[in-house]
Amino acid sequence: MAIEVNGKSYEVDEEGYLANLNEWEPAIAEVMAKEDDCELTDSHWEVINFLREYYEEYQIAPAVRVLTKAIGKKLGPDKGNSKYLYELFPYGPAKQACKYAGLPKPTGCV
Amino acid sequence: MSDVKKFMYVNRKAPYGTIYAWESLEVVLIGAAFEQDVALAFVDDGVYQIVKGQDTSELGIKNFSPTYSALGDYDINKIYVEKESLEARGLTVDDLLHLTWEDENEDWAEKDSIQVVSSEELKKILDESDVLLNF
Amino acid sequence: MAILHTVNKSPFDKNSLEACVRLAVKGSSVLMIEDGVYGAMKGTVKSDVVTGAMGDVTFYVLGPDLKARGIGEDKLIDGVKVVDYSGFVNLTTENDKVQAWL
Repeated sequence: MAIEVNGKSYEVDEEGYLANLNEWEPAIAEVMAKEDDCELTDSHWEVINFLREYYEEYQIAPAVRVLTKAIGKKLGPDKGNSKYLYELFPYGPAKQACKYAGLPKPTGCV
Repeated sequence: MSDVKKFMYVNRKAPYGTIYAWESLEVVLIGAAFEQDVALAFVDDGVYQIVKGQDTSELGIKNFSPTYSALGDYDINKIYVEKESLEARGLTVDDLLHLTWEDENEDWAEKDSIQVVSSEELKKILDESDVLLNF
Repeated sequence: MAILHTVNKSPFDKNSLEACVRLAVKGSSVLMIEDGVYGAMKGTVKSDVVTGAMGDVTFYVLGPDLKARGIGEDKLIDGVKVVDYSGFVNLTTENDKVQAWL
């Protein structure tokens, strides 16, 4: 499977996750979000960029509980709660945001 | 909650040469979702898993040693290293990753996760665990 | 007949390094790779396997495998030579046979 972004083709797995995270660019996130009828705002990007930084440091995509806690610590308690994150990413914050961020599905996410 | 069980993951293999170390880490991270009381022990060649300064770039395989530093985020902060295993390998705690966790109840104070324990101490800790998983 | 021996198991887990050293004739080369590189570290309870045979055989260790495991060259037993992948290839061509101790 592949996704078309600006005339370029990127390989994705059967669930739409990018096969090679080094190929990621912001335009890929935009296209993936559009497919889900989701318009990316600065608030979305805050989470996406956070996930990419987390992966860079720890080599894993965090579980949703860990993501919520870490966002709360970094961006404040009004953002570090599941209500806020689920509003941004209704398909599941870890799952959906990781996909847009070009990361693999979080470990332990079924 | 009375249904919280004490899980202990015992790691005895060096990283990279076999898949055990990475498999164990993945199971630990997956298992963390069940909010049990999780502890890790590094024994025998398992102590090599948490040696600092690993760089697999020339091997073309993933360096998963940074992931151990995320364990604190998963509320895993009991990491036991057997003293005898370290000494037999000419290693000290200074050769290991500095693994920490942040105590939410104390304004995110950073605390050490690693405890170097003797075989005598470790056998008691293992005995007090409800579920033992060996890798 | 010059032989290159390779050892890819940790000396703390398997006795491959000890068997190799016991059965290698004088003048052989022993290359430690993968988890075998732990055998090249000084100050361990297995260090004397290498130091005891140092005069009879030449010991090599694969650099990329050391680096992956966070072992600096300052941790190696004196006299063990570090090679890269092309050094590994040279060793195999310089010797008549390769014996891999698993």
